[in-house]
Amino acid sequence: MVVPVIRIQAEDFDAAAEIARLTAGRADVGAVVTFTGLCRDEGGTLAALELEHYPGMAEEELERVAAEALRRWPLTGVTAIHRYGKIAPGGNIVLVVTASAHRTAAFEAGEFLMDYLKTRAPFWKKEHSVDGTSGDWVEAKSDDDKAAQRWAEPRP
Amino acid sequence: MTKLVYFAWVRERIGKPEEEVELPGNVRTVAELARWLAGRGEEYAYAFENPDVVRAAIDKKHVKPDAPVAGAREIAFFPPMTGG
Repeated sequence: MVVPVIRIQAEDFDAAAEIARLTAGRADVGAVVTFTGLCRDEGGTLAALELEHYPGMAEEELERVAAEALRRWPLTGVTAIHRYGKIAPGGNIVLVVTASAHRTAAFEAGEFLMDYLKTRAPFWKKEHSVDGTSGDWVEAKSDDDKAAQRWAEPRP
Repeated sequence: MTKLVYFAWVRERIGKPEEEVELPGNVRTVAELARWLAGRGEEYAYAFENPDVVRAAIDKKHVKPDAPVAGAREIAFFPPMTGG
């Protein structure tokens, strides 16, 4: 039975260490896919993103999304780490790692995790501008909803 | 008493992260709770000025506006999520 690695933390993460955690000491893993989401500077205008989260629910929601990925794909390991607090441009925000015997499952599950996480995990981004103004809350994109909807399963 | 928690601009507009309230008997669903809250003052009216945008969770699980509030320990209101 695969136990997902789920962490909500202020500290940075190390993608290489998280890959090693899913592959160390085993010979049945044929594919590892990682996705790292970073804070971009929006053309030099953004000083930092501030990420607020709902403690408790954020963990539970990532657990639910990871469990759903395990139900749908034959994964040998799955990791989701999301940071909160103030993150400067270039800094890491989110990491998803999926491991499987074959690449297709790892690729698809990684994309599914990110699409679901973006629309379901209770995190909110606030922009702080380089001119010192504490700016606006980032608005949710309808594209993210569409991306998540494509994974909807047909009704039985 | 029911614990209400608010996040992001819902929290900023209401001006507090959480509170304990006694829900009136005629508030049966999340949508009715949002409507009742909106009538509690201008800061609440501002937070719920566009009630279709505000999302809710009961005991840390996403719920739809028609979800019953009976038995809820903690009800959260927040904008659409922008993590990832």
